[in-house]
Amino acid sequence: MATLLEARHLTKVFGGGVFDRNTTVALEDFAISIDSDRPSITAVVGESGSGKTTLARLLLGLATPTRGEVLYLGRDLQKMTQTEMRTFRRDVQVIFQDPYEVYNPFYRVDHVLTTPVSKFKLASTKAEARVVIEEALKAVGLRPEETLGRFPHQLSGGQRQRVMVARALLLRPRLILADEPVSMVDASLRATILASLRAMTLECGISIIYITHDLATAYQISENIVVLYRGSVAEAGDVECVVKRPQHPYTQLLISSIPMASAERTWSSESEAAPGVQAAGTAGCRFADRCPSATAPCLQTAPPLFQTEPHRAVACYLYQNAPTLATGEMVRVFTGLATPTKGISGQPGSGEAQHAGV
Amino acid sequence: MAQDPSPILTVPEAGRRREGWLPDTWRYMRRNPSLVVGLILLLILVLFVGIGHLVVDTNKARALSAPAMRAPSFQYPFGTDRQGRDLLAVMVAGTPLTLRIGFIAGFLGVGIGSILGFVSAYYRGIVDTLIRGIADVGLTVPGLLVLIIIAVSIKEGLTVNQMALVVASLAWLNPTRTIRSQVLTLRERGYVDVARLSGMSGPEIIFKELMPNLLPYLGATLVNAVSNAILASIGLEVLGLGPIDSPTLGMTLYWVNYNAALINGWWWWWLAPIVIILIVFLGLFFLTVGLDEIANPKLRRAA
Amino acid sequence: MTTDVLRVQDLVVHYHTPLGAVRAADHITFTLRAEERLGLAGESGSGKSTMALAILRMIKPPGRIEAGEVWLEGINVMTLPEEEMRRVRLARIAMIPQGSMNSLNPVMRIKAQIVDALKDHGVRLSARQAEDRVRDLLQSVGLQPQVAEMYPHELSGGMKQRACIAIAISLRPKVIIADEPTSALDVVVQKQVMETLARVQKELEASVILVGHDMGLVAQFVNRLGVMYAGKLVEVSPVRDIFTKPLHPYTQMLIASLPSLEQKGTFRGIPGLAPLLRDLPPGCAFHPRCPQALDRCRTEAPQFKEARPDSWAACHLL
Repeated sequence: MATLLEARHLTKVFGGGVFDRNTTVALEDFAISIDSDRPSITAVVGESGSGKTTLARLLLGLATPTRGEVLYLGRDLQKMTQTEMRTFRRDVQVIFQDPYEVYNPFYRVDHVLTTPVSKFKLASTKAEARVVIEEALKAVGLRPEETLGRFPHQLSGGQRQRVMVARALLLRPRLILADEPVSMVDASLRATILASLRAMTLECGISIIYITHDLATAYQISENIVVLYRGSVAEAGDVECVVKRPQHPYTQLLISSIPMASAERTWSSESEAAPGVQAAGTAGCRFADRCPSATAPCLQTAPPLFQTEPHRAVACYLYQNAPTLATGEMVRVFTGLATPTKGISGQPGSGEAQHAGV
Repeated sequence: MAQDPSPILTVPEAGRRREGWLPDTWRYMRRNPSLVVGLILLLILVLFVGIGHLVVDTNKARALSAPAMRAPSFQYPFGTDRQGRDLLAVMVAGTPLTLRIGFIAGFLGVGIGSILGFVSAYYRGIVDTLIRGIADVGLTVPGLLVLIIIAVSIKEGLTVNQMALVVASLAWLNPTRTIRSQVLTLRERGYVDVARLSGMSGPEIIFKELMPNLLPYLGATLVNAVSNAILASIGLEVLGLGPIDSPTLGMTLYWVNYNAALINGWWWWWLAPIVIILIVFLGLFFLTVGLDEIANPKLRRAA
Repeated sequence: MTTDVLRVQDLVVHYHTPLGAVRAADHITFTLRAEERLGLAGESGSGKSTMALAILRMIKPPGRIEAGEVWLEGINVMTLPEEEMRRVRLARIAMIPQGSMNSLNPVMRIKAQIVDALKDHGVRLSARQAEDRVRDLLQSVGLQPQVAEMYPHELSGGMKQRACIAIAISLRPKVIIADEPTSALDVVVQKQVMETLARVQKELEASVILVGHDMGLVAQFVNRLGVMYAGKLVEVSPVRDIFTKPLHPYTQMLIASLPSLEQKGTFRGIPGLAPLLRDLPPGCAFHPRCPQALDRCRTEAPQFKEARPDSWAACHLL
């Protein structure tokens, strides 16, 4: 089983330079691996300060890790040759959160599409390039004649984000890192964009790492989930297990705080007091200062991952009777891809995504 | 994570239906009066010099070409000076020279400053520390002092072009710093990341992604630099360190000073250069303010 | 006995741009009852924030309130002179604007900012009284007394937002309008802030209008929910009814598109795009995207009427 993208002992510490006393551990000893044979969608869920943005930048090679490494097809990103880097840049694409910031206001939206086409030599003539771009746009449900030639501010947030998805598709990548792709998009459009992403995995075999704070969309789109809290993994595994029967106190808190738009699910009782702030560099579980079940060992050493079920791992001493997992082995709890026949409407080619000028 | 800023409040400027450029221009002129005033003032100067060259004999700008110390009359509308120069001719010949010094020095200063600023801000690290260090040290040294020393050490008489180079030697310091800080913010933009991920190289990103967004700012910086350069050159000339044989505005003021024209009541001698210098600076100032408004959308007034 | 604390009648707000008039709010009519929580939900560009500002007469040019009345406890706020309106703001209707936690003055301590608001409304307090007042306010929003001496940058997002709530309630208003009060906050903190708002509302016996785009959040907090689309109010119903028997097709499709945590299902977005407010389609603004559109919908705009007891909607299908 070959791995496509792998992170080992990934750690990123900010600050701590000659003049800077304060260090922030953004990410600690993180590991993940994406299979190259089986396309999958893995969600990484965390709130602000969880380290998910740092993780995205490290996995993309936009930042260098303090410790640990990111490997693509077995090669460390920091040690790659120009050609290997080029392949990496082509095979791993990104969809950023902010559909405004990612466009250079000076150029029309065509610019973000034509640049990779020319840089990665996807077409030999201008006409060919145009065809390739139009196909990608249609695949995400956009009409080329209504999108190309416009400036970014003339398109809505949802349209801009879809152009970004189209851009990711252009290069036929093997992995897409989607960093909060729908959080700045209207609710009614989110479903359509997520449907496109899901279709990309099922139809084109593209794996996706879906980074978000929104558990509901993570649950809907992925089959595996990793819950991050302040730079470390709190819980990971099959998304049905983790979301339906959360075991880590943080995951439980998170799920109970989510307001659902339904008459049955209401917010549970009063939350606990405001979170304390743990001093940087303290050993011990990162959640200990807010945890209702914290005990002495929790404050001394950070708990390892305990595999409590075949498809779940929790980093909490409440489950210390279960076998431990080394961080690199976390992927053992991931399940395979759900069967493609599970109802997916809204994929390209079906009614939803092809409607008027989205 | 705010949602789409209300489409009500983002009225697109580009890509608007072209209802004709005239109403558009008129509307813009009403919104940005500074730009208009600045351009008009500079236009007046250009006309003065242009028409002047056709009407006036610039040879009369040299000494001993006219009777000395004449008050303004029909024959000599600006009067003449003590050495027998027709002051109208002096102004017509000298204004473009002063402006030329300013433009050459300004362009060179901003040109060098841009390159250093972009490189410094984009690549950071040791290159940044070096460039920034030099610029910072340079900015603390009194500029006029350095210019005087440079001017004095040039043995032969200065020509106008050499004057420009002297001023340019220090004109790049401030632009480097200001452009650097602008680029520092720009490089954090999402589209720079996207460009990197699309395979663009460093220099490509600087030229194709960052620079176009800074053009209005660079324009404003340029006008500012030209203005400062002119001021520096006039300063040097008044001290007698300029091109002694050229009828630049600064040199005229040098002669005014040398001959104590103020005390002696020869008002026409100092009035003309001062009025022209005033128009130059006011014009450049309003132009800077006007360009500033283009560069910084937050300063825009509602239509 | 429910009395109406606020009544908005046919409110119309236009923004006049060089490209034409943008119809940000079109004949909005609704009431807010005493001690009630009303939600105004809608996507970006639906006009909900404009509504909030219009009620407080805080629309700036090029926007203008073209028509309509806003009755606050029997007084038509639209007819008040500006000086009186200033007094009404904060003292009778308070607003927690969008992004307010980022608008706290960074160089003033929290205490000073609260006292500032009080002073502005002519409340004269001795130093001692001010301290007590501030402490009480902070306590009612769940903040420690030490926060009074802190600067905004020393507080977390949730704490800043609660400080804004404290400022808003300092004069015990009868109506609180909260515009996206938790948009930049984490889910856990969000819940705390909303609970604070609920508690504060109960203490003051005030009414709250919660404006937001997060249907789930708004739904968990309010008693009645109004849905806005393209500048119009398309449905107002008790919150349970909105989710069990929504009237307007837009509401139905919007709810269907929300991802659930109960089971994995299909992704159902609403095809098409919301119309530009300066270029609205004729008839019903939603008809291009509506799967149940009739011919009538293309030409005739539907009236906003009571389809069920206490449920109002604007749709020809009803």
